Formats: sequence, C-alpha cells, structure tokens
Amino acid sequence: MKKISWYNATTLQEAQQEVDATASSLLSGAGKGSAILKSGGIDVLDLMKEGLIAPQKVVNIRNIPGLDKIEYNSKSGLRMGANVTLSSIEKNNDVKTNYKALQLAVAKAATPQLRNMSTIGGNLGQRTRCWYFRSIDHECLRKGGNTCFAKNGENEYHAVINNGTCASVYASSVATALMAYDAIIEIAGENGQKREVPIEEFFVTPYQDVRKENVLKGGEIITALMLPSVNDKIKSHYIKQGARQSYDWALADVAVVAEVSGKKCKDAKVVLGAASPVPMRSKEAESILMRDGINESSAKLAAEAAMEKATPLEKNGYKVAIFKAILQRAIMKTV
Amino acid sequence: MENNEKLTKKGTSRRGFLKGAGLTTAGTIVLQTGVLGKDGKKTEESKTVGPDPVTIEMKVNGKVRSLAVEPRSTLAEALRDKLQLTGTKVVCDRGSCSACTVWIDKSPVNACMTFAMDVGDREVTTVEGLAVDGQLHPIQEAFIDHDAMQCGYCTPGMIMSTAHLLEENPNPTLEDVKHATRGNYCRCGTYPHVFQATLAAAKKIK
Repeated sequence: MKKISWYNATTLQEAQQEVDATASSLLSGAGKGSAILKSGGIDVLDLMKEGLIAPQKVVNIRNIPGLDKIEYNSKSGLRMGANVTLSSIEKNNDVKTNYKALQLAVAKAATPQLRNMSTIGGNLGQRTRCWYFRSIDHECLRKGGNTCFAKNGENEYHAVINNGTCASVYASSVATALMAYDAIIEIAGENGQKREVPIEEFFVTPYQDVRKENVLKGGEIITALMLPSVNDKIKSHYIKQGARQSYDWALADVAVVAEVSGKKCKDAKVVLGAASPVPMRSKEAESILMRDGINESSAKLAAEAAMEKATPLEKNGYKVAIFKAILQRAIMKTV
Repeated sequence: MENNEKLTKKGTSRRGFLKGAGLTTAGTIVLQTGVLGKDGKKTEESKTVGPDPVTIEMKVNGKVRSLAVEPRSTLAEALRDKLQLTGTKVVCDRGSCSACTVWIDKSPVNACMTFAMDVGDREVTTVEGLAVDGQLHPIQEAFIDHDAMQCGYCTPGMIMSTAHLLEENPNPTLEDVKHATRGNYCRCGTYPHVFQATLAAAKKIK
C-alpha cells in the first residue's frame, strides 16, 4: 500500500477544500486529483490495500461534529446523520419500533465489528464487491476497461436482472431496505448548498454510466438520510439470504414495506437487492399486492412477477429461485 | 516443554530477532507544515500530516502510549509492530475474519481496517488488556477449561467478541453468542467449544 498523508477535517467546508477526487474517479482514471474522503474508511482502505486506488491524501470526515445523530419524530420521520454507525442504527429503539425492515437489514449487514466501524453514508457510497472489479488484474468496464469479465466468467454471485452491460450487484444490503422506505439522501455540495436526492435517483445504472454507481460528484458529501414517518398500518420485513448462516454478502435480499388494513393493501414497496447492479423496486410485484391484498396466493404471484424479467447468467440461475422464495416469505411476514 | 523454554531463554527468539531488526529501520518523526492546499495556496498551518511517520498518543490498555506511525498504518500494525502487542492477530487483513478484533471505547472493531490515525482520543483495549493483576478474564479461563481453541489464531478475536458480549448482555442465549461471533472465523471449527465456553463464563460471572 502506498504512503498517504492525512487530514482530519472538522467542518464540511474544510473537507471540501482539501478533497479533489473520489475513490470512483481514481478507480476509473476519470479526472485528476489524489485527495479522497473517508468516513468509516473501510471500503477506502480495502481499495487501497488491493492497490486499486493510491490516493496521496485521505481526508477524514468521521469527526465532523453533528453528523452522528439519529433523530426521530412521529411527524417528520427518521433522520440519520451520515456518520451514524450501522450498529447505532441496529440498536436504536425508534428504528426497532418503526422501521423494522431497516433494523433487520442493518443487523444482518457485515459483521458486528464492521457495523461498529462503518457509517451509513459510507455504506451507501461503497463500491461493488464484484470480484473482477476488485481484482487489480481485471480492467473491467467499471474501471474504464472494455470487458465485463463476469458475463462469461465466474458469475455465480452476479446480477440476474439488468445485467446486459455490467453484471455486478450493489454492495449495500442496507440500501435495499432504505429504498423500500423511500429514503431521501441529503448531500452537501461544494458551494455550501444542500440537495436532497430520493434514493431511487441516487443510484446510477451501468446503462447510464458504467463507471459510476451513484450520482455523487467530487467534493460532494452525504450528510444525512431521511426516512418518512410511518403509521401503525405500515408493516415491513426484510430477508437476506447468504451462503452461510454467519456473516456473508447477500446472494439475494428483499425488503417489503406495505400499508395494510384488513385484507387490503393500500400501498406496497417491494425492493430487490443483489439482483441487479443497483437496488431495484419491483413495480410488478407491488401492483399485484395492491390489487389482491396480501395473502398466500398474491405473495406467490408477486414473487413470480418480480422475477419475470430475470435473465440469469450461466452460473447464477439459482438466485432466481432464492429471490422467489424469500420474497414470498417476506411479503407474508408483513401480515 | 522444559527444553523449549531453556532454548528460548538462551538463544534469540524469532520475535525478539524481528523486534531487533526493526529498530534499524524505525523512522524519524517528521511533522509537516506548510503543505500546499488544493488551490495551490500555501496554508500557514496546514493540518495535513505525513506521509512520513507522525507521533501520536494512543490510550491502550489503560496507559497512554506515544508512538510514531505512518498515516497509512493500520491500528493492527501499530499495536503489533510499534507497541509489541502481538496478541492481536492479523489473518485476512481485510475485515473479513475478525482475528484482529480489539475494542475501541469498548466496542469491538477490526484493527486491520482501522487507520491508527483514526483512533484519536478513544481508548483501545487488546486481548493483553483483559487480565487484571495477572488474573485472567473469566472468558479466558473458560476458553482454557472448554478447550475452545486449536491453532489459536482466531482466539484473541473470539475472546474480544465474547468478552464484549458478556459486558453488554450478562445472560446471553446460544443465539446471542452466535450473533456476537458472526464475524469471527475459525477454520479449525472450534465454534461449539467457543459457544460452550462463553455460556459457562456467563454463569460463572453471576
């Protein structure tokens, strides 16, 4: 690992003044610059250890005051500062009571140690775990090359939907739950202005720009995540299936947030993680639940519909079956 | 055993040799000032430090230690190579196996994925810091009683995870113990004994 210098930022402005690159811009060779941000720092350090990026300076934003709070209000909802750790979300009582799918997703993310270190902002900003992307020997599409090695390679953990350009899957399983709650991402720009981006617009698909996974520009910093308030009719669930019972990346994960009254389902959000290069809603599944309410047969229909557009690769057809099974289970857990 | 001990005392142990060799390359302490900012302006007192070793103070196992680290150093490297606290093991070096688990302000973290610079004024506890006045922590005793180790590489990490669990939850269920050790990999497969040892230590502490 190459040497770095270190800058401990105490304000957003200070950090923005120092930083001139992102891990992604260093990865794809797009643009110049060599000073990058780190919050929890796990993905940044991982990329550095693999030799994939070699920043000259790391600007630490983990100590910027005011970004480490979880606030809940029954009217305005949940606000999590970007430097809140996953374990503080996991243990937060307001989250446990009101945002069950988020709590389950966070509790299943990574390991207890990593949850104590990783921040929610960094969790969203981390890059894919595709092993070709993570390999210094493979200059894949995402890193500015011209091949997706996964398409005809070892693709058992890769995307089953929207995998035509790049078949990687998004790393954060927490994002699956956040999308089901229509999370809003607050981003501070270099000009001092803040913008709010709905999570569905935060992600960039490979079809839009294969070198990026999100809309963050150099110098922009995620400052908070906001979830709308919930009422007692809103039920949610999250299931992650890994290869082992202990810690693992998701083979498939699903989040369901539904407003249920009696046999009717007024509103439903169904989100699939590890299915495509970015987390995705299944509007097909959602409309079946809103039409038929939530019951065994509608859950089965919705699970089938969610996988209707699947185009599995040579070695990941099994993921389609897992998605159907866990989605059906998650839907039934909301009633 | 006796023979081995005599040999170690007479000759140079492998670790002692490595420590000695390390001294010749130990870096000098350089604090940079006047580093160029992004806009090319030379700031009077830039907070940028490194890339050469920086002297930091770190509270480890109850004592404030002064050490020179390169900003790229991980906490695991600082503990092992600078403070000779080699109980913390580095196995995967990527945060995947948790053999390097230490506590920062009582929370278990991966020392291999923490920059030493990032510890700040928080307190680090390593496996060496668990025993009090030579008296092993109940978890350490339980690991011995229940034969909860084979090769031993995962053991310090397992101990830091399970000892933390008992601080947070004195009455853990088997599932609680499994949840607390989800990140700790043991390729010898000592998990059942680790679980038994933890449950037994919980009973003993009561």
